[in-house]
Amino acid sequence: MSVRAVLSNPRALVGASILGFFIVIALLAPVISPYSPNDINFLVGLGPSWKHWLGTTEGGQDILSQLIWGTRTSVSVGLLTGALICLVQLVMGVFAGYVGGLTDTAFAMVTNVFLVLPALPLLIVLSAYLQGSGGSGSTLVLIGVIAITGWAWGARVLRSQSIALRNRPFVEAARISGEGRWHIVLSHIVPNMLGIMVANFFGAALFAVLAEAGLEFIGLGNINTVTWGTMLYWAQNDEATLMGLWLWLLVPGLCILLFGTALGLLNFAIDEIANPNLRRD
Amino acid sequence: MSCSLNERLPKGRSLRYLSRRFAVLALTLWFAVTVNFALPRLMPGDPVQTKLATIPGISPLARRALERQFGLDTHQSIVGQYFSYLGQILTGNLGRSFTYYPTTVSSMIRQSLPWTLGMVGFATLLAAALGCSLGMVAAWRRGSAGGNRNARLDTFLVPLGVMFGATPPFWLGTLLVYFVAFKLGWFPIGGSRTPGAAGGLSGTVDVLKHAVLPAFTLTLVSLGGWVLLMRNSMLTVLNEDFVKFARAKGLSNRTVAFRYAARNAILPVFTQFAMALGIVVGGQVFIEIVFSYQGIGYWLLQGVLNEDYPLMQGIFLIITVTLLVANFLADALYVLVDPRLRVEGGK
Repeated sequence: MSVRAVLSNPRALVGASILGFFIVIALLAPVISPYSPNDINFLVGLGPSWKHWLGTTEGGQDILSQLIWGTRTSVSVGLLTGALICLVQLVMGVFAGYVGGLTDTAFAMVTNVFLVLPALPLLIVLSAYLQGSGGSGSTLVLIGVIAITGWAWGARVLRSQSIALRNRPFVEAARISGEGRWHIVLSHIVPNMLGIMVANFFGAALFAVLAEAGLEFIGLGNINTVTWGTMLYWAQNDEATLMGLWLWLLVPGLCILLFGTALGLLNFAIDEIANPNLRRD
Repeated sequence: MSCSLNERLPKGRSLRYLSRRFAVLALTLWFAVTVNFALPRLMPGDPVQTKLATIPGISPLARRALERQFGLDTHQSIVGQYFSYLGQILTGNLGRSFTYYPTTVSSMIRQSLPWTLGMVGFATLLAAALGCSLGMVAAWRRGSAGGNRNARLDTFLVPLGVMFGATPPFWLGTLLVYFVAFKLGWFPIGGSRTPGAAGGLSGTVDVLKHAVLPAFTLTLVSLGGWVLLMRNSMLTVLNEDFVKFARAKGLSNRTVAFRYAARNAILPVFTQFAMALGIVVGGQVFIEIVFSYQGIGYWLLQGVLNEDYPLMQGIFLIITVTLLVANFLADALYVLVDPRLRVEGGK
């Protein structure tokens, strides 16, 4: 899978552009944000104006500034959690599939159990215990909980790929020359399934973004941080719609949708590039 | 030796296949129960004890009884607590709600489960049927001759499917509540029925009216997944030799599309039913919350918000069990639809 193959796929290109756009916003947040997201010194419930493009919240914050800073948190939490999930999948799927034997049987069993557990209810129950429902949870715990619930599907796919690769001649050669197990996995197995792993990363990040927003929306995150999810939480809590402040509710959700679509498109397109059966001849 | 569960599946006999699946499901159930048992005990400053102390008007005796029901009997060792907890679950005793004391959790679940099963079940079937048909047609058109004109549906459907899948269900639901229910007044703003509504025909209409928006939201957000799943599976099958041969034989397009390609393409979709179902059951939690639809997802959140641990755990357990049963049924059906699993010892 080359970078050129990805860029010549229209879906991947659109996905990458949207992703790039959000990453730029996240990086430039301190520069482009008109106000501090926590500045509460504005009139409450203002409509859109030149001073406040998206209006202000019921708490007197500038919605655009919140959206820009929220992008920073939500994008980094999504991508970071996606990476963490990939790491779990590397151990539970790729490594287990390569070493086989009892390790593999045990790991596959755990994967199968997590596959049939209901992911979002498990997320809710775990967060409720670890974070409490007061909205004072920590973002790190949130990331951990999402990673615990979201790795199983990808691990299963990667495991079968790893099993298919483990008896290939070049892997045998590496084994005979005495290379260690992790070394073989990282330098011979992983490079040969990189496409699927990258696709998996975007799938995991998509799950993470939706899960984060959902948990924060129902108050199971930290309501004092500014993210797309907590913006929706406050919009819902302060009855934004009844006050006519529907932009406050609309825009963070739209960002989640757009960012999620970018991740989904990349997931789909890279899967397509890596899988010859889905390509068009 | 290193040959494990999944690889051997297609070669095994149906009974062995099913018993293996059953083992996984039983293990999952045990795991879910154990998580329920372990979580409150691993927390610092025991949240259950703290919560028990705040239940208004509870006598020391009743509190003692609750503790015992919750398996927190301090006279027992942790192992003893664990086994008495397992015993209670097995006999269907899920304890009493802290918030709605003395209502039992199982009676609350009995009241809310039918709402969820009805609304979610309908939306899931609709999304699966619609999504699979769309995915099939898109893949068939793309895979057949005629160039770009025929691929148009596919070009259009894939990004749309991805977008639906990336829509936060609670956000879409909230917008629908505001615009369609509140502003336009077409549907009720929330709840699963008007309190005190009459029975009979008008009662049925009332119930249906309450279900339209949540079911629509759920169908929309889960549709994309089915489309993409079926489309990819169908494209893979269309590349197979037996499909090419069927075409070369001069069979009609309809026969090749339905009897050859789609029939085989639906199999992998079936195996992924488990995951899809998990997502639906999860997504439904948020949708019920937004629409105040009084199914188990709604009560799960009430349990979380009120730190009503027995309610929360009971509902988590019920969702898990429902999912496991559905999974097992899907597996059993899979044996029926895939003849390769029924052949004695052969591939």
